[in-house]
Amino acid sequence: MPDATLDKGKAQDEVIMETLDLTRVYPGITALKSVNYKVYRNKVNVLIGENGAGKSTMMRMLAGVERPSSGRILMDGEEVSFESTAKAEEHGVAIIFQELNLFANMSVMDNIFIAHEHFHKGVIDTKTEYQKAKELLENLDLKVDPHTMLGDLGVGHRQLIEIARAMSKDARVLIMDEPTSALSQAEVRNLFRVIRQLKEKGVTIIYISHRLEELMEIGDEISIFRDGMFVGAKHRQDASIAWIIENMVGAKKKQFDYHKAEYGEKVLELKDLTSFKETGGYQLDHVSFSLRRGEVIGIYGLLGAGRTELFNSILGLLEYQGGSVEMEGAALEGLSYQLRLRRGLAFVPEDRQKEGVLAIMSIKANMTMTQLCLIPFYQSLRPCNEHHERELVNGMIKDLSIKVSNMNLPVNSLSGGNQQKVVIGKQFLIKPKVILLDEPTRGIDVGAKQDVYQQIGKLAASGMGVVFSSSELDEVMALSDRVLVLAAGKITADIPREELDRERIIRASTPVKL
Amino acid sequence: MNNKYQIYMLLLKARTFIALLAVVLFFGFMVSNFITVSNLLIMTQHVAITGLIAIGMTLVILTAGIDLSVGSVVGLGGMIAGLLLTQGVTFGDHMLFFSVIEVIIIVMIFGGLVGLVNGVIITKCGVAPFICTLGMLYIGRGAALLVNNGSTFPNLVGLEELGNTGFAELGSGTVLGIYIPIWIMVVMTLIAIYITNKTPLGRYIYAIGSNENGARLAGVPIIKTKLFVYIFSGVCSAIVGLILASQLLTSHPMTGNMFEMDAIGAAALGGTSLAGGRGKVLGSIIGAFVIVFLADGMVMMGVSNFWQMVIKGMVIIAAVIIDQFQERLQRKVVLMSRTAEVTGGKESAA
Repeated sequence: MPDATLDKGKAQDEVIMETLDLTRVYPGITALKSVNYKVYRNKVNVLIGENGAGKSTMMRMLAGVERPSSGRILMDGEEVSFESTAKAEEHGVAIIFQELNLFANMSVMDNIFIAHEHFHKGVIDTKTEYQKAKELLENLDLKVDPHTMLGDLGVGHRQLIEIARAMSKDARVLIMDEPTSALSQAEVRNLFRVIRQLKEKGVTIIYISHRLEELMEIGDEISIFRDGMFVGAKHRQDASIAWIIENMVGAKKKQFDYHKAEYGEKVLELKDLTSFKETGGYQLDHVSFSLRRGEVIGIYGLLGAGRTELFNSILGLLEYQGGSVEMEGAALEGLSYQLRLRRGLAFVPEDRQKEGVLAIMSIKANMTMTQLCLIPFYQSLRPCNEHHERELVNGMIKDLSIKVSNMNLPVNSLSGGNQQKVVIGKQFLIKPKVILLDEPTRGIDVGAKQDVYQQIGKLAASGMGVVFSSSELDEVMALSDRVLVLAAGKITADIPREELDRERIIRASTPVKL
Repeated sequence: MNNKYQIYMLLLKARTFIALLAVVLFFGFMVSNFITVSNLLIMTQHVAITGLIAIGMTLVILTAGIDLSVGSVVGLGGMIAGLLLTQGVTFGDHMLFFSVIEVIIIVMIFGGLVGLVNGVIITKCGVAPFICTLGMLYIGRGAALLVNNGSTFPNLVGLEELGNTGFAELGSGTVLGIYIPIWIMVVMTLIAIYITNKTPLGRYIYAIGSNENGARLAGVPIIKTKLFVYIFSGVCSAIVGLILASQLLTSHPMTGNMFEMDAIGAAALGGTSLAGGRGKVLGSIIGAFVIVFLADGMVMMGVSNFWQMVIKGMVIIAAVIIDQFQERLQRKVVLMSRTAEVTGGKESAA
C-alpha cells in the first residue's frame, strides 16, 4: 500500500489526473500492480524508480499508448478511457518519449505539425504552419527557422521540437520520459528553463528520471515506484535524497560480496582504438586498455559516450579506422564477429528485446544457440545432442537461479530479469576467455541483478576476463576491479578499486563543454 | 472459463487438419467417387507437386524470406531436362547424351544453383528477398522460353541406343502401389522435418526468422544458413520440374506458372508466419493437401475455373485471419490469467 505521507487536506481540484488500482501485465511480467497515483495540477510531478520499476509503463497508460489490464484513470475527477494517443491528446495529455519520435528527413515545421496539419482548401497550409511554428519556437526561446531540416539539429534542440509539438496540441499535461538522458549539461539547463516556463503557463509536467540531483532541482512532487508498485510520495521540500534511495531500493539492499580474483596473464589488449563519426568528431578517441584473466573492468559513461561503439569495435561488428585489438597477443583485425567468438570472446548486448532474445524460440534453444553456432557449418546438419543440451541448460538455470517451469516454453514467457539471465547464460555456456557485457542489468529487478553480479564474480574467479558497462554508478563501483570512465569516446579516467570515488567518476564522465 | 479457452486453442491449433477433414468430407458427400483409393492416390500425386515446393518455401519463409522464383525454376528445370534428353549437349561434332539419372542430378544441381544465386544476391548485395526472387521469376521464365525458342520438347521417351529411356518412371511409376512423386514428397518432408527439428541448422533457420539481429549476435551463420534455404528451395522446385516433365513426357516452357502462389498459400494455410520464425514443415504439407484437394474436388464437382480461383483465395485469407485470431487469443489468455493472479481476479478490462 502506498503510504499516505501526502497531505490529505489537499483540495481535490489540485489533482489533475489520478489512477485507481491501475494494473498492467505483460506475458512475462507484471509491470504495474494496483497503482493509485495522483498527478498535481500545475506542478512538476517527478517519478523516480529503478529500471523496470514501472514508471514508463505508467506513463504509457496515462498517454494512451497502452491500455491498462485493469483499473481506472480519472482526469479532473472524471473517468477517462484513452484508447489511443489521439484520444489522450484530445484531453490534453501529451508524451515525449525517451527515444524521440521525430523524422530527421523532414523540416522542423513538418515535424511539429505531423498528423495534425493545418489545412487550407484541402492542402497543407504552409503559411499558417510556418507562422505558428515560429511562435511556438520563440516561446521556447529556440532560434531555429521552421524550415530547417530536423536532421541538422542536435539532440537538445530536437527535444525542444518535441515539446513544441506537444504545445501545438495545447497539451495541459506533458509527460517527459527521461528527457535528459542524452543531453549535455548546458542543454539540461536550457530544458529546465523551458520546463519552468511551461509551468508558469499552467502546464502540468510529469517528469521521469533516475538522476537524483535533477529531480531535487526541478521537481515539486516526488513519487517513487518500485517493482511495479507505488511506494510513496512527498513534496520536494520534505523529501531527502536518503528517503528517495531507501524507497527506491527497498529492503533488498544491494549486497555483493566482492572478492578479488587472482589475475592471470593479459588476455585482451586495445591499442589506440579510434573510429570517427560520419558527422565528424570521434566515436572512439584513441582508446587503449588491457584486461587480464580474472579481472573485472567496469566501464562507466553516459549515454552516447561510446560504450556500445567500444564493444562493437572489439567484436568486429563496427569498423574502426585506427588502432588494434589483440587477444592473447594475436591481432583480431580482419576476423569476423563469428571468428572472434570462436577465439573466445563473448558478448551480451544492451538491447535485450532487439538483440538479446530470440523471442518466439524456447528457453532451451535460446540458451544453447551460441554454442550451436561454434561448430563448423557442415556439421550443422548433424542432430543436436538434446540430452547434453538439457543438462547444460539445467546447470545454467541453477547457476543463475532462473525461474522457469519448463525450458521448452518460449523465452518471452519469462519476466525481463529472467530473460536477461537467459541471454547472459547463452554466452556463459560457451566458456569464453573474455566476456563483454553491455549494460547487463538494464531493466531487471534487484534480485535478478544480484544473481547476475554473483555470476560475474564467479566467472572472474574462474579466470575469465570481464568487461561490463553500466550507467548505474553503484553497480560499477560494487563490481569492478578497475573502472574506466568513457566520455565522448575517450577514456577520461582509469581508477583502480581502492581509489574509487563517486565524485571523481561523475566528473570524469561529463564531457567538458567548449 | 479457462477450460473453454483451452478447447478453442486446441481447435485453432489443429485448424489446418480440421480444414482438410472438412474438405474431404464435403467432397466425399458431394462427389460420388471422391473417396476412393485411386482418386485419393491421384490427388495426392497432385499434392506432391505443390507440397514439394511448399517444403522449400517453408524453410525460406521461416527465415523471414520468400522465394517467388520457384515456379520459373520448375519450368526451366523441365526445359533443361527436355533439352538434355532430346538433343543432348553438343561439343563441336560430338553430341553427348546423359542417362536419365544423370539428367535428374544435373537438373537438381541447376535448381540449387538458381537458389545459390538468389541467396548470394540477397545476403551479399542486400537485396530484399521479394525483389530478388521476383527478378529471378522473370529471368527463369524468360530463360525457359529461350531454351527452345518458346516451343516444347515433346516425347521425352528417350532412345534405347542412347541409353536414356525410362524418364516416365519418375513421374508415373509406382513403388508398393504408390506413385513415386508421393514417395519423393514423403522423403523430402522427412528430410526437412529432420533439419528443422533436430539439427543446429534448423535452430539457425528459426533464429534468423525470430530475430535476425539477435541471431547474428548469438553467432548464427546468417549468410550460410540463408544460402542453404534458397538452395534447398531451388532443388525442391527443380525436382517438381522433373516430375511434371516426366508425367507428361513433355517439357513445356510455361510449366509451373503461378506455382509460387500455391506454395505460399500452402505454407500460410499450414500456420507458417510470413514474418518468419514460426511454422512447421508438416503444417505446410497439410496446407498443400487442403489447397489441392479443394481444387481437385471443385474440378470433379464441375465448379468453374473462375470460381475455383475465387474460393482458393478466400480460403487462404480465411486461414491467415484464423491464424491471427489464434495468436491474439493466446496472448489474451495469458494476460487474463496473469491479471487475475495479480489483482486476485477482481476485474479485467477488455
